[in-house]
Amino acid sequence: MRTNTHFAFFDEGSKKEIRRATLKAVAIPGYQVPFASREMPIARGWGTGGLQLTLSLIGKTDVLKVIDQGADESVNAVSIKKLVQETTGVQVTDQTEEADLIQSRHRIPEIPLTKDQILVLQVPMPEPLRPVEAREYATKRMHSEDDYSGAWLMLFEQIVKYGKTATAADHPVYVNGRYVMAPSPIPRFDNPKMHQSEALILLGAGREKKIYAVPPYTAVESLAFEDYPFAVESFEGQECRLCGSAHVFLDELIDQKTGETVYQCNDTSYCMEQLNSTEKAEVESSYA
Amino acid sequence: MGYVPVKGGTQAIEASIKRLTYERLKGEEILEINTILATMGSMIDQVMSESSLYSPELAALAIKQGEGSLEEAVFLMRAHRSTLPRHYYSETVEAETMLVERRISASFKDIPGGQLLGATYDYTHRLLDFGLLEESMETNRRWLEDYKDNFSAIQGSKEVVYFPKVVDYLREEGLFETYKPDNTAPTDVTKKSLQFPTTRSARLQVMTRGQTGAVTSFGYASLRGYGQVHPTVGEVRVGKIPIYTIHPNEVNQEPEDQFYIGEIRITEVESFVPVTVKNDNNKDELEFEIGYGACYGQNETKAIAMSILDQCLEHPNTDFPTHDEEFVLLHIDSVESTGFISHLKLPHYVTFQSKLDSIRQVKKEVQEVEN
Repeated sequence: MRTNTHFAFFDEGSKKEIRRATLKAVAIPGYQVPFASREMPIARGWGTGGLQLTLSLIGKTDVLKVIDQGADESVNAVSIKKLVQETTGVQVTDQTEEADLIQSRHRIPEIPLTKDQILVLQVPMPEPLRPVEAREYATKRMHSEDDYSGAWLMLFEQIVKYGKTATAADHPVYVNGRYVMAPSPIPRFDNPKMHQSEALILLGAGREKKIYAVPPYTAVESLAFEDYPFAVESFEGQECRLCGSAHVFLDELIDQKTGETVYQCNDTSYCMEQLNSTEKAEVESSYA
Repeated sequence: MGYVPVKGGTQAIEASIKRLTYERLKGEEILEINTILATMGSMIDQVMSESSLYSPELAALAIKQGEGSLEEAVFLMRAHRSTLPRHYYSETVEAETMLVERRISASFKDIPGGQLLGATYDYTHRLLDFGLLEESMETNRRWLEDYKDNFSAIQGSKEVVYFPKVVDYLREEGLFETYKPDNTAPTDVTKKSLQFPTTRSARLQVMTRGQTGAVTSFGYASLRGYGQVHPTVGEVRVGKIPIYTIHPNEVNQEPEDQFYIGEIRITEVESFVPVTVKNDNNKDELEFEIGYGACYGQNETKAIAMSILDQCLEHPNTDFPTHDEEFVLLHIDSVESTGFISHLKLPHYVTFQSKLDSIRQVKKEVQEVEN
C-alpha cells in the first residue's frame, strides 16, 4: 500500500495525456482544450492547472521559477515550488532570466521573456464568455460560431453605465484574430506583453479542466473600441520607492509609520535586480 | 528585510506546518488506524465514496492525517489517486450478485425475498448515550458473546441467497418498459473531462463521487419544489459485490477466465418515478422510470438523493436548476468546491489593485463630467 512518489508526481501516462492536450492548444491558439484534469496535492483554485502543465513539462535539467501575484516568496508560490522540487529535485530560481520554466499566478514578469522560456499561467476562470452565459454547452458553441457579441456587449454596457470600459484584471483578448481568450487575471498592464511574445505562454485551468496557449509570435489584441481604446492601469507620476523604477506594475502600500501611500514594484525579483545593479554601479563608480 | 509584505513566505509556511503538527500532537493521544477502521465505518464509507477510491485502509489513514476533516481526507485520497495509473477496467457488475446485508422497499410491503432491515440508524432514538463516555472492553466482549449465542439456535441456509430486484416484479406486469441492455462502454470522467450535453454514464460517475452534503441538498431541493421528480423508493440495498476483471492480453475471453479481484461494499437505490408517455393511440399514459443511485459503502441518503437527481437530469428542464446537468454536475465535487472557495484566502493584491484602478478611473470620469 505504501508507494513512493513518481518523478514529477504523475505517472507517465498522465503526463503524456496532458502534453497531448498542450500540443493541441499550441496548434489552435486561444482555443480551450478540455483535458482530464487530475486532483493535485494542492487545492483546486490554488494553481492546479498551472501545476499540471509544469509537472508534465519539467525535465531534470530545467530551472523553475514560481511567482504568485508578482512575488517569488509569496506563500503559495513557495508551496508550489516546494512540491515540484520535492518530486523532481530540479533547480529553482528567483531570477527571471535564469528560469526556463516560469509558473505564475496573475502576473507576467517585467523582464521580457525569451524564446528559450515557457511561461505557465494559472487560470481560475478560463471562459471569457462566462459572465454573459453560464452554460458551458452554450459558450462552446459561441466560440465555434465566432459569436463574440456577448463579449463586446459587456464592454459596451460598461461604457454606457460608467462612461468607459471598467474591466479590472482578466481583460479579454483576441488571439490570432480568431478566439477570444481570458488571459487569466493578469492586470491589463500585462496584456500587451502577450502580443508577439517570444516565449510560449501556456494557460492551465485545473478545476475547469482546460488548457490553452499563446504560441510564440502570435497576435494578441485586447478587446476595445476605436473610440474607447484599451487602457492599462495608470501609475502616472509614481515610481518604486525602493528601486525607483517607473513604467512597471506597482503595489500600493500604506507606510505604517507615516500613514502615507507609497508604491513599490510588484515584481519582486525585478525590483531586487534593479537594486543590485544600482548598488553594483555605485560600488564600481566609487572605486573609480 | 521588510522588503515586500509577502517576503518570508518560506519560513512562515514552515512555522505554520509545525504549528499544525503541534496541534495534532499536543493532546498526547494516538488514534490507531485500526480504531478508525473498527469504529468509524460511516466516515470511511463517505471518504471512499467522495474520493472514488475504494480502500478502507487508505481512507482511515486520510481521516487520521486530516484530523477528522472529511474535506481534507477526501482531498488527500483524490491527490493520491492521481498518482495511480489506470491499468484496466473491471467487468460489468450485476447488482443481483450482491451479498445483501440490508434491503428494503418503500413501494411494497411484500417484496419477493422480503424486507431485510440489517444495521440502520433509522429506528434508533437520537439520544446521546452517556454510557459511551466510559465504555469497557470487558462489557463489550460480554455483549458480543451474548449476541452470538442467540444465533446458535438458528439454522442458517447452506446456500448463498441472492435477492431479486424489486423492479423485476413490476417489469413482468408491464409497468416498466423493458429496455435492451446497453453495453456501450461508459465514458471515464477521470480520463476525459465532461463535455456537455453529457452521457448518463458520465452523470452517474460524477454524482457517485459527489460530496454527500451537496448531492443531498440538490436532491432535497428537487423534491421540495425546485424540480419535477417525486420518487418512491423502490429498493435500497446495501451489501458486498464481487469484482472481476479479464486478463488484459488474453484473446479468448470466456466468463470462466475472469479473475476475482475483490469485493466492494456499496449502497444501491432504485427509485420509481412516474412519467407521462404517449401510447400507440397518442394518448397520455403513466409509466414508471427508474432513478438510479449507487455509492461506495453505506450512505443511503446520498444514494437516494442521487437517484432523484439522475431522473432530474434525464429530463432536462430549464425551469429548475436541479434539471440542468451543468448546474448539478459542475458544483457537487468536494475537491473542486472546497478548493475554489478556499482559494479566496490567497493574496489577490494584483487583481485588487487592478480593480481599484478601474473604480478610480471611473470615479474620475464621473467627476469630470459633473464639473
